[in-house]
Amino acid sequence: MVNQKVVLKFSAALVEQPIIYRLIKNYDLMVNIIKAEINPRREGSLIMELSGQPDNFQSGISFLEGLGVVVEPLSQTVVRDEERCSHCGACTVVCPVGALYMNRPSMEVGFDNEKCLVCGLCVSYCPLKAMDVKWGD
Amino acid sequence: MSFKRTYAEINEKIKKGQAVVVTAEEVIGLVEQKGVAEVAREVDVVTTGTFGPMCSSGVFLNFGHPKPRIRMKKVWLNGVAAYAGIAAVDAYLGATELPDNDPENKHGPGRFLYGGGHVIEDLVARRPVRLEATAYPTNCYPRRRIETTITLDEINEAILFNPRNAYQNYNVAVNRSNKTIYTYLGMLKPNLGNASYSSAGQLSPLLNDPYFRTIGIGTRIFLGGGVGYVAWHGTQHSPCGTRGENGVPLGGAGTLAVVGNLKQMKPEWLRGTSLTGYGVSLTVGLGIPIPILDEEMLRYTAVRDEEIFAPLIDYSEDFPQGRPGNLGLVSYAELKSGQIMIEGKVVPTNPMSSYPAARKIAQILKEWIQKGEFLLTEPVALLPSADSGIKLNSLVERNGVNGK
Repeated sequence: MVNQKVVLKFSAALVEQPIIYRLIKNYDLMVNIIKAEINPRREGSLIMELSGQPDNFQSGISFLEGLGVVVEPLSQTVVRDEERCSHCGACTVVCPVGALYMNRPSMEVGFDNEKCLVCGLCVSYCPLKAMDVKWGD
Repeated sequence: MSFKRTYAEINEKIKKGQAVVVTAEEVIGLVEQKGVAEVAREVDVVTTGTFGPMCSSGVFLNFGHPKPRIRMKKVWLNGVAAYAGIAAVDAYLGATELPDNDPENKHGPGRFLYGGGHVIEDLVARRPVRLEATAYPTNCYPRRRIETTITLDEINEAILFNPRNAYQNYNVAVNRSNKTIYTYLGMLKPNLGNASYSSAGQLSPLLNDPYFRTIGIGTRIFLGGGVGYVAWHGTQHSPCGTRGENGVPLGGAGTLAVVGNLKQMKPEWLRGTSLTGYGVSLTVGLGIPIPILDEEMLRYTAVRDEEIFAPLIDYSEDFPQGRPGNLGLVSYAELKSGQIMIEGKVVPTNPMSSYPAARKIAQILKEWIQKGEFLLTEPVALLPSADSGIKLNSLVERNGVNGK
């Protein structure tokens, strides 16, 4: 099983096509959409967790790239401003996957980028605005 | 044999660089090793700290007089209104003030990205701030309007004056309703989904001097990264509530009004703060040195999270409706463990005030004292304590001026 978070970028023309449907149906891949910005006749982007058998995964990615979709691995997309973060711990209540967590007994807030779904809840919730989303690249 | 130590003796040692200073966290381990009597004789000063949102904060500003002059009636700083109902070019900017056009909670929980607290941080960070003021003309102040840019270094005074800071203990907020709510203690998930607390516990200033024996009017403190002073007891100061056997209040009790020159403070310790669905605030760094005048003071400063209890309060109904009572008491040690039990349910906890920052403040203050840069002050007058008879009144609603 391969399991990877990817960012897809579509051209305006591709937004009209049922790409994800084909990805699931023809390549037997599991798709968990984390964030999507799709608008008629405009460029779109989609962040998702993609998992399946390695050969299916590769074929699926090739299919996407063949259509002209830019596929990039999702990495370092939520960043913490270490100067601004006071380690208050407020964010730990909104993070749905425990990527932000309290280290005990130091009571410092840990941030596990591997677990992060880039849902953005911490970005809007952080009282000191220390969290930010950096898109794909 | 009982022993005493005076402020003068402590300050002599500080000046010679010989004072023994430890933080309110470090003293706990020392007492466990050596006992109260021995540590009291060794340690001269225990430092405390806290770093959390403190809404009752603000700054008095004097902008200087333009030519021609103006008696400012309405004042805005980066679009945030300041109170100008004082002398010509003085104003008070409060931490929770919002821009006039802020959407507040009109479209779901507001984000409150900018307000008074952020303007204060901008000023301290030496960022230029837009000043607008309007007025009616008088013979001595003819001008109707001014728009300019100010910086902290150019204006005459910027005096941080916070009427209610450093709460001695506080509520732990929970939500018994079946929908998410947003409070000044943060987001509260439905059906006791989380418990939110905001105190540095064993490091918090007033929890280390529960009866205000040494913290009083004139006490020199760490404020916003600079030096400040205790000006008065804070608003809502309520020292007569229930206390534990160790003297520590079992809920919100004492508060401090503090004052200091904003120009020598640091943006790291005064942070504009956005509380989703609630409003803006200012996160204030505050630390107080406690002189070990005798064994009793040392015993107070050695208080541990296990011995400090806070009430669990429902913020869906009980708090907003002003109903008395709570869902029980819980210690800061339990809160810091990450989960507590409420009515048989395991509830995750989350802090709103930074314990690591509180620790750092106590450490900085300790270093200032060790270096001989910071002397202790004996209070000019003590704050009202448990024997003061102070009772907090509720606001009574009456019809008409004379009421019935």
